[in-house]
Amino acid sequence: MEIVVLVKQVPDTANVGADAMKEDGTVNRAALKAVFNPDDLHALELALEMKDKYGAKVTVITMGPPKAVEILRESLYRGADNVFLLSDPKFAGSDTLATSLILKSAIEAKAKKFDIIMAGRQAIDGDTAQVGPQIAEKLNIPQVTFVTEIESIKNNTIKLSRLSDEGTEVIECKTPILLTVEGGFNTPRSPRVKRMFKYTTRVKEIHSVIFKSIETKNYEPNQNSVNQMMKELISEHIIG
Amino acid sequence: MKHGNVAVFIQQHNGKIENVSLELLGKALDIAHELKTNVSAYLPCEKAGDMPKILFSYGADNVYIIENAELKEIISIPYAKAVVEAVKKDAPGIVLFGATRAGRDIAPRVASSMKSGLTADCTELKIGPYTDNKTGKTYEQLLYQIRPAFGGNIIATIINPVRHPQMATVREGVMKMKTPDNSRKGQIIPLTITLSPVDLSVKIINKIVKEKKVNLTGANIIVSGGMGVGSKENFDRIRELADIIGGEIGASRAAVDQGWVSKEHQVGQTGVTVRPKLYIACGISGSIQHKAGMDQSLKIIAINNNPEAPIFNFAHIKIVGDLNTVIPMMIEAYKKQDNK
Repeated sequence: MEIVVLVKQVPDTANVGADAMKEDGTVNRAALKAVFNPDDLHALELALEMKDKYGAKVTVITMGPPKAVEILRESLYRGADNVFLLSDPKFAGSDTLATSLILKSAIEAKAKKFDIIMAGRQAIDGDTAQVGPQIAEKLNIPQVTFVTEIESIKNNTIKLSRLSDEGTEVIECKTPILLTVEGGFNTPRSPRVKRMFKYTTRVKEIHSVIFKSIETKNYEPNQNSVNQMMKELISEHIIG
Repeated sequence: MKHGNVAVFIQQHNGKIENVSLELLGKALDIAHELKTNVSAYLPCEKAGDMPKILFSYGADNVYIIENAELKEIISIPYAKAVVEAVKKDAPGIVLFGATRAGRDIAPRVASSMKSGLTADCTELKIGPYTDNKTGKTYEQLLYQIRPAFGGNIIATIINPVRHPQMATVREGVMKMKTPDNSRKGQIIPLTITLSPVDLSVKIINKIVKEKKVNLTGANIIVSGGMGVGSKENFDRIRELADIIGGEIGASRAAVDQGWVSKEHQVGQTGVTVRPKLYIACGISGSIQHKAGMDQSLKIIAINNNPEAPIFNFAHIKIVGDLNTVIPMMIEAYKKQDNK
């Protein structure tokens, strides 16, 4: 089984000091500690529990500045098998749509045969909870959000629990699937000292991957379609 | 050019429409007036029944009905496909979803499918202009999507000038539900969707429905306590007053952090947004975070022994005094009135 876990390094918004805001009302990122997004740690733990139980290869992917390698290192020390950092100055300021496109392209490039993609429910800097479902849509696979527990995985059928507006739902679903995981329903394991030694050299070699994602859009060779294309190019300020 | 419709995703279960959807119809109607356009309601469901009539009365001009046996339960792909179908047909300028678990599950899939932006968990929506400094281009009427960000430490205004539709999820209880007008009429547009086996591969096999014990968003009266309450024992006075006058119990974050009352009672940016007819704030200083969750209340009574407390700046009734003496007075006065 192949599990991909999507993680993010975030400013620690839960412990904001007086110097966290600049005078102009923007966030002083330098004054905030960067941490492993809490929900993502629970997603990683759930993936590692599945690895312990059923055997799986766990690949962790993050997008962020070179500093984000810290959480990949932590993921390796906790039990991940493979890690990838997607880093490019062009990615700065990505909204959820752009982020989901970048991560989707990385999954296709680096973990094509995945069975399950897991991500934390949401990140504490934006609290949007959008990137997971957007990736599922782009990969054209189903999703289950707000997952609290995986009961069993048999062949390609997963039985799990999730939170809904009414309470809790027990769900049966098939792989490949994307799951977003609620925080607080498991206890993330600590980094293992043995793995720290094992991966010391390897971690040093993790390098920033310059990553270009291209979306191909088809236009029919007729006047209406070409008109539409030109209209879009102008509205996107590419021409005109 | 006429502005596209203002659309609302209608969340319902077994024919019962969620309050947040009706709240959003009211807001959509206000926005549509400003933009001189109409309100659309997107209703994926098993059976529409009398729901369209209700939706017209709350502000919808067009109801797009997507009826399908597979839409009985809210599952991501079938629901997202139904909404996408309506969006393609209606070509709206704006689409709003309640920021419920279902709304936050479906909306990103729809946004991704439309390749448009989506703002999560808005607490305010406005229409306004925007000039892009890079291109010099001015947009006359954009949707300002306003929400707390960075763990509630800042309020961000987000716009989406380029791609359409402009989409947002909006927190429950923030927008005011309009009084239904049963004379309002509209158009029903039925749509169909086709679903593949993969689309239907997620199945709910069991449900444990949790009774909502605390219903702050629906409460007419809320009695709320903050740090100034001082102790768990003193908080019982809040409970007593709420009990007697028929209100729910609210709290500031400080009171929740002290463990005097559980988290589901928390009002404010990181808690629930409320707009009751009466909000009684006891020992609450009135931080920006708390204010954001309750300042739309029709009448606010503030009881605080600090005359400088910021809450007095936006309370309608000010009582400078110790809540341990003021609350019993209120109870006494209420009982007297009641016995007459």
